[in-house]
Amino acid sequence: MSTTLTPVLTDNWDVDRAWTLAAYEERGGYAALDKAFAMAPDDVITAVKDSGLRGRGGAGFPTGMKWGFIPQDNPRPKYLVVNADESEPGTCKDIPLMMASPHTLVEGVIVSSYAIRANTAFIYVRGEVLHVIRRLQRAVQEAYLAGHLGSNIHGSGYDLDLIVHAGAGAYICGEETALLEGLEGRRGQPRLRPPFPAVAGLYASPTVINNVESIASVPSIITNGSEWFASMGTEKSNGYGIFSLSGHVTNPGQYEAPLGITLRELIDLAGGMREGHELKFWTPGGSSTPLLTPEHLDVPLDFESVGAAGSMLGTRALQLFDETTCVVRAVLRWTEFYKHESCGKCTPCREGTWWLTQTLARLEKGQGSEEDLDLLLDQCDNILGRSFCALGDGATSPISSSIQHFRDEYLAHLTHGGCPFDPAASTAFAPVGATA
Amino acid sequence: MTVDTGQGDNSLERAGLDQKTWDELREIAGRYPEARSGLLPMLHLVQSVAGRITPEGIEACAEVLGISAAEVNGVATFYTMYKRKPVGDYHVGVCTNTLCAVMGGDLIFERLKDHLDVGNDETTEDGKITLEHIECNAACDYAPVMMVNWEFMDNQTPESAVQAVDDLRAGTPVQSTRGPRLCTWREAERVLAGFPDDRADEGPTAGPASLAGLKIARDKGWTAPEGDK
Repeated sequence: MSTTLTPVLTDNWDVDRAWTLAAYEERGGYAALDKAFAMAPDDVITAVKDSGLRGRGGAGFPTGMKWGFIPQDNPRPKYLVVNADESEPGTCKDIPLMMASPHTLVEGVIVSSYAIRANTAFIYVRGEVLHVIRRLQRAVQEAYLAGHLGSNIHGSGYDLDLIVHAGAGAYICGEETALLEGLEGRRGQPRLRPPFPAVAGLYASPTVINNVESIASVPSIITNGSEWFASMGTEKSNGYGIFSLSGHVTNPGQYEAPLGITLRELIDLAGGMREGHELKFWTPGGSSTPLLTPEHLDVPLDFESVGAAGSMLGTRALQLFDETTCVVRAVLRWTEFYKHESCGKCTPCREGTWWLTQTLARLEKGQGSEEDLDLLLDQCDNILGRSFCALGDGATSPISSSIQHFRDEYLAHLTHGGCPFDPAASTAFAPVGATA
Repeated sequence: MTVDTGQGDNSLERAGLDQKTWDELREIAGRYPEARSGLLPMLHLVQSVAGRITPEGIEACAEVLGISAAEVNGVATFYTMYKRKPVGDYHVGVCTNTLCAVMGGDLIFERLKDHLDVGNDETTEDGKITLEHIECNAACDYAPVMMVNWEFMDNQTPESAVQAVDDLRAGTPVQSTRGPRLCTWREAERVLAGFPDDRADEGPTAGPASLAGLKIARDKGWTAPEGDK
């Protein structure tokens, strides 16, 4: 064991009533505001650039650079929009963060909005998390009453309004331009780029859209310094991140660690795979990132290394499946998800996800033939890189990667005349030692 | 953007909504730099009042925002949380996305369909429970997960899920595993519309899985490096 956990964002989650302003301020909360207000906005941007913070919503784009794209000579208002639409299957870090410590996010919103010179900011939170929305609403209300939001914040002369906006159920609204459509009261379908949101985003005005964890990391960078943040992680993937372990592991949950920790280390921390079972396949960053196998246990979980291993770091949503799990069943279910969530705007995704589902469902039932695997890959080839946004690309990831790693298991469905696995054996309430 | 005042008696009657609702629809639109941004929360408010998206509610949103009913309808049909059929007092969503399905969500959903004698997206005859299978709800470390009125019911089994719906039907209070005592679906929709219900302080800071890594760090004395404060 070489990598140790580094709680920063999660550090106050065991505090009694951590979601309240009193508890947050007691631990030094909102101190980053005065430090930031004493800096020029451009210097705040530079600090975030120097920290090496990269977007925590999956794409890993440098956050400070994104802020630098805002054309400050544009006379229109600037906006900050927080993407709190956490919906990528397996991803479950932003929701507990906003539940436990919504003020961390609010403080980050204020510093970040100051940096890009926005006077209005939004938190677009998915609608299906009622209690998280309650806590956000309360935190914003408390922050206004304490003078952290509103006019002339802390006597700085800087004004900011923050609006909590509940979505209404649409995975696609995690795509930033679809999110803007939703926030403008429209169907959540992605926009053509360019123009990029930095130039023409919300209300055709310069807009920064950042993930919850990215924005929540900003106060710690301002408080502790860019070098402090950059001292953690790997050469090109700086800082800490929340790793979410779920599935067939003894202690699933949130593990905050420097980027570059390995899955082997994380599984050790989580008490190993569940008793009597072993890892079969896993996602490094949600269902849209290609599946990996036990041979990838020692891949450093940073943007470069996971990419080199043929997948993506994504949202660090580590879904772990043991040998009782049928990979075809797993992939079919994800594919049905993409079909359901396809927004319908572009043909490759709208039609392609339906074709994928049909072909996969046939294979899963043990019908069809080995040629259907080539058909699937051909269908993927017609979607990947040809769809309007990343949803279609993501839909192909579990299919192509599972055929690459588990071709024999697909064929076993054909020889077995159906799924050879017992779904009961893979449940959390299966007796210990149950086998497929 | 102009906001129609909606003061005419005809429009009030036509929409079948009371004055308070009209006022609140306008209030929501007024929160935003551009009124149409209020449409999603406005539709949540319609559901909290009418128990579903009604034609009258669509007309009212259209009138307040100065857009066509077709435009509102296009939005209302896009998002899965908006329901065209009446929803019961408790919307029970069982996650059957891959991770939860494998961990037992499929069996839970099957058991509930059987127990409640309803299919997907159907409501029990007593109007209490609407059952639906849902997609990933960002609680995978608590799989298998069930949502009741969009509150977390973590680490479910078929037995615990049946117990929860039986209690709800019997009027026995049920507590979210990471939140407050469950309110009704209409009350939940009102919070989503941006009208808080003052229950933010109920429930824990975090559930056990959320604290898994932090607990190890505490036990071992691990912290992030010192900053240059």
